[in-house]
Amino acid sequence: MAYSFDFSSLLDYTPVLVDGVVTTVALTAVSTVLGVALGVGGAAARTSTVKPLALVVGAYVELIRNTPFLVQLFFIFFGLPSLGIRLAEWQAAVLAMVINLGAYSTEIIRAGIEATPKGQIEAGASLGMTGPQIFRYVVLGPAMAKIWPALTSQIVIVMLGSSVCSQIAAEELSFAANFIQSRNFRPFEVYFLATALYLALAVGLRWVFSLMGQRMFAKGVSRA
Amino acid sequence: MRFAKILGALGLATAVLAGALAPTHAKADALERIAKEKVLRVAVPQDFPPFGSVGTDLKPVGYDIDTATLIAKEMGAKVELVPVTSTNRIPYLTTGKVDLVISSLGKNAEREKVIDFSTAYAPFFNGVFGPDDIKAEKPEDLEGKTVGVTRGSVEDIELSKIVTDKVTVRRYEDNNGTISAFLSGQVQLVATGNVVAAAIFERNPPRQPILKFLIKNSPCFVGLNKNEGPLLEKVNAIIAKAKDDGSLNDIAKKWLHAPLPKDL
Repeated sequence: MAYSFDFSSLLDYTPVLVDGVVTTVALTAVSTVLGVALGVGGAAARTSTVKPLALVVGAYVELIRNTPFLVQLFFIFFGLPSLGIRLAEWQAAVLAMVINLGAYSTEIIRAGIEATPKGQIEAGASLGMTGPQIFRYVVLGPAMAKIWPALTSQIVIVMLGSSVCSQIAAEELSFAANFIQSRNFRPFEVYFLATALYLALAVGLRWVFSLMGQRMFAKGVSRA
Repeated sequence: MRFAKILGALGLATAVLAGALAPTHAKADALERIAKEKVLRVAVPQDFPPFGSVGTDLKPVGYDIDTATLIAKEMGAKVELVPVTSTNRIPYLTTGKVDLVISSLGKNAEREKVIDFSTAYAPFFNGVFGPDDIKAEKPEDLEGKTVGVTRGSVEDIELSKIVTDKVTVRRYEDNNGTISAFLSGQVQLVATGNVVAAAIFERNPPRQPILKFLIKNSPCFVGLNKNEGPLLEKVNAIIAKAKDDGSLNDIAKKWLHAPLPKDL
């Protein structure tokens, strides 16, 4: 146990680490917005009465949830160029994260939608609301309030999973850590710091989402 | 007086020990022995393709094995291949177990203290490779282009020193990632070793890695024991002849899928 830490060797690489954190946050922010939007759409489609649509979305969800993220990422980055679709590493990373989060959040939001009591939907219909109006004003709000903690966890998982994108040379936090330790040969210090940064990011993300949840659902009817 | 005696004994012991531990260089008669016994013993790699690996018939094959065979043939001797690893190849030579080391051996000052080197017989270098339609003759030409490299490798460190911010360097986890990125067109060029480039060529890809320029050059030499002047001259003469008549070039094309560099 006689290891002497030398964090000073990391000082030269501060810009690399800062870039890494910024890229990780940016990747997570963009894919969260697009991924949750995809999830809402997916959940609506999966619970809709249009059977083919529900089936197609179901197939997408099962495909993504039953294959590894790394393989999905490699498929997009190394595979698609064979079809003439060449994406930059950040585009491939965002696309993979959106598709991945979209599938998981579809399932999470669907659970919330299906937990909505039938009576509420009938009440909306008896007020003369159309299908989309019922979904927007009666179903979605309470559903999101119910599943908000689960969705938060999933987004944290996606943020941590973005470390895999270092494999296609997307220069996020893990890439920065790997890069630095291949230069200064101080893996313990580097990964120590990277772990701390990921932890801080995850805690921060949960905090932001909990604040957002309180704001959005404070007056909600279905505070469980 | 006892003190002087002890000191004297110590000195004697040290001298004996030093004598016993000194490397037992073979005497300068290796060439004679080879001519008499008609056997040339060569240390070759067996874990470093394409220089030396074990073929499907469990016999060593590769660039180094072909070179050893060629040298033995020119000497009128039978080749005896001794598989070695990169750590024990020089001890095999200095302890007289082999006559030559042909094992993708690079030259450096430390090794030159212990053994002699022939002229270079094989190219070994890091460079920037890419398809024919991309022009890049020097580091400045890379500006505005994307170059793939394996993170933390020698070529990564060397490339990072010579390129400016205008060059997009994409660093991958391992050689496979770098090769995939090149083959799928995610990077225009790759910085890697000529051996890796040869491995890409072997797959007959649509995008061929052709050498653009060198980053770091450390060709391979035949290693010999010190004080083996006649053998060294003979080996150098054979290598020179093989370069002239194209037989070494054939070996290079066979194993490295590229002709010998002109300055080798």
